[in-house]
Amino acid sequence: MADKIRDVILESGIPVKPVYGPEDLSGIDPAQDIGKPGEFPFTRGIHPLMYRQRPFTMRQYAGFGMPHETNQRFKFLIENGQNALNVAFDLPTQMGLDSSDPLAEGEVGRVGMAVDTLADMEVAFAGIPIDQISVSLTINAVAAPIMAMYFVVAEKQGVPLNQVRGTAQNDILKEYIGRGAWIFPVEPAVRLIGDTIEFCARNAPKYYPVSVCGYHIRESGANPVQEIAYAYAIAKEYIRRGLGRGLGIDEFAGQISFNLDIYGNFFEQIAKFRAARRLWARIMKDEFGAQNPSTMMMKMIAGGGGGGLTIEQPENNIVRGAYYALISALSGTQTMALCSYDEAYTIPTEKAALISLRTMQILIEEMGIADTVDPLGGSYYVESLTSEFEKRISAEIQRVDDEWGGIVEAVSGGIVQGEVARQAYRFEKGIQDGSIPKVGVNRFRMEEEQRDVALHPYDPKQAEESIRRTAEVIAARDAGTVESALQKVRDAAANGHNTMPALIEAVRAYATIGEITKTLKEVFGEYAEQVKL
Amino acid sequence: MPNKPIRVLIAKPGLDGHDRGARLVTLALRDAGFEVIYPGLHQTVPKIVETALQEDVDVIGLSILSGAHLPIAEKLMNELRAAGMDDKLVIVGGNIPEQDIPALKALGVAGVFPSSSRFEEIVAFIQSNVADKVP
Repeated sequence: MADKIRDVILESGIPVKPVYGPEDLSGIDPAQDIGKPGEFPFTRGIHPLMYRQRPFTMRQYAGFGMPHETNQRFKFLIENGQNALNVAFDLPTQMGLDSSDPLAEGEVGRVGMAVDTLADMEVAFAGIPIDQISVSLTINAVAAPIMAMYFVVAEKQGVPLNQVRGTAQNDILKEYIGRGAWIFPVEPAVRLIGDTIEFCARNAPKYYPVSVCGYHIRESGANPVQEIAYAYAIAKEYIRRGLGRGLGIDEFAGQISFNLDIYGNFFEQIAKFRAARRLWARIMKDEFGAQNPSTMMMKMIAGGGGGGLTIEQPENNIVRGAYYALISALSGTQTMALCSYDEAYTIPTEKAALISLRTMQILIEEMGIADTVDPLGGSYYVESLTSEFEKRISAEIQRVDDEWGGIVEAVSGGIVQGEVARQAYRFEKGIQDGSIPKVGVNRFRMEEEQRDVALHPYDPKQAEESIRRTAEVIAARDAGTVESALQKVRDAAANGHNTMPALIEAVRAYATIGEITKTLKEVFGEYAEQVKL
Repeated sequence: MPNKPIRVLIAKPGLDGHDRGARLVTLALRDAGFEVIYPGLHQTVPKIVETALQEDVDVIGLSILSGAHLPIAEKLMNELRAAGMDDKLVIVGGNIPEQDIPALKALGVAGVFPSSSRFEEIVAFIQSNVADKVP
């Protein structure tokens, strides 16, 4: 009697057969469903020659402490061949609090750079040619004022608004699902995103105002199908807001990009990205009537996520990172980032960040990954799985709309959050009972292991320094100019006008992030979290 | 005499919004038969003390991933003492480096459960330590 074949069911609930063959491609039309790279529906990639023509961008997340320290780390990464930056802000900045706010105590400069005023952004980007380096701002609830600061810094460096490149994360709906850096109630928070989309479409057309994050939804425990489905439901909402401002779909939707996650099963992730690209093209063309192929292209940063890394035997995370980078490249990403191996312990040290960067460089320089486009295209297994993913993602998006009343409703009421938490709980139980294998955790565990990880130091003195710097800025600015600029922010927020021009005026006058947020709170109120577990 | 279920407050203090762990522990402790309150993100220390009092919990579990566990735990322990609530069992979970565990315990934190701790360990720890306090 033959040994029993074990069942394989992917995290997304898709069963996997031991062998795939031509019969598994029977429902797939090679021209309609797979097509050529650079052509609709972009299953094989958004550019005809992909990395052969232009390698993926490498963009590690960095930023800590004071703006001048962040500036040094940026220069270090650029000197070592990184060609884009991803700015981390500390929690007070993300929550719209000045360093001097009592709620900021113990957090100033801890997980990212502390920004109180434009002066901090000027220091952070001093000597960095932002017309050549693509900068991504990881900021959400206060994305609008931070983008305003960035635009003013660019202008002071001689880069006019209509030439500014870069990306803001600016995806508030996912903050309510995972990551949790929300301030305002859902509706006005989404309206602010509409303001940034409209402002950029009309004034800064090269800027990517929103990067919709499946990443954090998956890091919160969503499975890969849920990751894409909820991200797409969110992206569609932002697009409706843009349309609501009188913009045409091809005027702005192509500037909305995606930030997606990699951990878990190798082929499941690759199929996820290929299916996501195809489905997005179809949504944009069929649902929104896009005409411009660029609008239909799902542009992404696909990064190796912390969710797959382990505290146990941390050096193993270097190996995981290399596989995640390979997944990302085989999935046709535009931009790649990798969590560093010490992520489960600390803000990455310089050494760990460098290993991540080198991992990506080894992949593209040594491994031939750039030689030919979508090398897995046509694989019986990958194409079959890609089609199955597309169906399941579509069905889950449908569920958000039909059963939960749309994404704004589902997020406001904590429904998505509960769904994701239950999925995370099932997964964690699987790790703990060993049914989901994890090396070093439930396989090949070493009880007396040495955990030799250097911790990134935190200096409480930097809070004092930040408070002092901002006090100097406040003493030097013109109080009347600040007050009248903040009044314009208040009026724009209250009257439903686009807040961006007033925000630019306010940051230019060196209004603090705390003052701006307080002004917006007076109009918008604060979010009251709904926990449904 | 029927046993009253153990009541637990899971609290996310401060500005950190990563609550996958807090939610997992909430669900696991509920499955173990505890009554668990998870009021959501961005709780201040005074708010945590107030909730613990109102909800009459036996256990306060702090979930912290930002690295600010030492200052936050210190503040909580001081405020609990000031409120005469130092009989509450305080446990801390999250991104906690091994070398900080003695300092947390010196502050009066009873148990520390870094990321990747097993649910059954947390459950067993609460059961044995809360039972100890019942005369």
